[in-house]
Amino acid sequence: MDVKLGVLAGDTRAVARAITWVENGDPRGAEVIRGVYGSTGRAYIVGVTGSPGAGKSTLVSRLAALLAARGQKVGILAVDPSSPFSGGAILGDRVRMFDVALTRDVYIRSMATRGSLGGLNRATRMAARILDAAGFDWIFVETVGAGQSEVDVHDVAYTTAVVMAPGMGDDIQAMKAGIMEIGDLFIINKADRDGADRTATQVESVLQLSMTTGWNPPVLKVSAEQNTGIESVVDTIERHRTHLVASGKLDALKIRMAKLDVLEILKARLADTMKQQLDQPAVQAELEKVASKQSDPYSLADIIFEESWRNT
Amino acid sequence: MEQKIRVLVAKPGLDGHDRGAKVLARAFMDAGMEVIYTGIRRTPEQIAEVAVQEDVDVVALSCLSGAHNTLFPKVVDLLRGKGADDILIMGGGVIPEDDISFLKQHGISEVFGPGTPLATCVNYIRSHVKKEA
Repeated sequence: MDVKLGVLAGDTRAVARAITWVENGDPRGAEVIRGVYGSTGRAYIVGVTGSPGAGKSTLVSRLAALLAARGQKVGILAVDPSSPFSGGAILGDRVRMFDVALTRDVYIRSMATRGSLGGLNRATRMAARILDAAGFDWIFVETVGAGQSEVDVHDVAYTTAVVMAPGMGDDIQAMKAGIMEIGDLFIINKADRDGADRTATQVESVLQLSMTTGWNPPVLKVSAEQNTGIESVVDTIERHRTHLVASGKLDALKIRMAKLDVLEILKARLADTMKQQLDQPAVQAELEKVASKQSDPYSLADIIFEESWRNT
Repeated sequence: MEQKIRVLVAKPGLDGHDRGAKVLARAFMDAGMEVIYTGIRRTPEQIAEVAVQEDVDVVALSCLSGAHNTLFPKVVDLLRGKGADDILIMGGGVIPEDDISFLKQHGISEVFGPGTPLATCVNYIRSHVKKEA
């Protein structure tokens, strides 16, 4: 199986394998990205975030079903947390996505955070490039259950939807900074339950405090479970997309994303090199000096940084 | 390079009992593996498709309904049909002694019955999944 050609042809196994490679930091993943990057840029990437249990997975599966019914190819990257102790994970987003799991033209990939703290996996960005190259029209990136500061999705998606559920009203105050700032639209899910109107009003009132930038994030009430209001979400995403294109913001975003693609690779590469330096036997004596306070961490970091730089 | 063993824990057929599957999923997670769980009552077609989309190393099938001789080989055939013959497929549940050799002839690499220690399943995966270097 030629994975690169497979990705470009939209072959499921090739796409899946390529994502595994970028997730593992396998050099073959980098080769695939090199080979397919020129074919990316057509997909529209939507981020979906919100607290655990807000209904992100169910909502994403409804959105995917709707778009697939309109003849669109939809890729979903669903992130769940890795255990900080074992490094393992239970990836359960799919359980709520089975309605679309076998729909032709819907691809779902579960990813574990593998130690990343921003709500995504380090490789989610590149996984989205792979889906893009494979011809998916839409890519949904679903974060782990997010509270306040898991805002990485904003750097991966063109449109970010924040999903909330009623009955968490007091949380809104706590959500002033961080997640409340990254939403291009806010979705009050489980709108069939008591308190949905109140939650929507509270969100609107918080949003009114922010500076307008030509786009006022709408607050939508939906029920993913009962499949109501889903079209309004798609319409709003389309509207935001039109706004980004018309205002020239999308082009600026794409340059920013290119920068972040490069930054991600540089970070990974530098971290690897530095870690190798840190594991050198010669450094162990220096580490002991830091531990016994004969030296300090900044001085040793300076030395390691210089060394790594020389070796790259 | 960081490699994780990815396992699909799947419940084929009309069988609503998934306590065992969940216990195993948890054990695999505690062993450092990434576990995708399908939920109950999946068709072999769904399971094979998920296994390919998720690029798993292992499919662990659990069946307590008695239909294992039909369902398990079906999953094997579908995976082979998709070219995914590098996936280790194991089975468990209430499976009579007499059926084990039949299942093994039909692509199930090992069968784990009730009472199997969790460590046995974990170690089996660890020693049989060939992670490419």
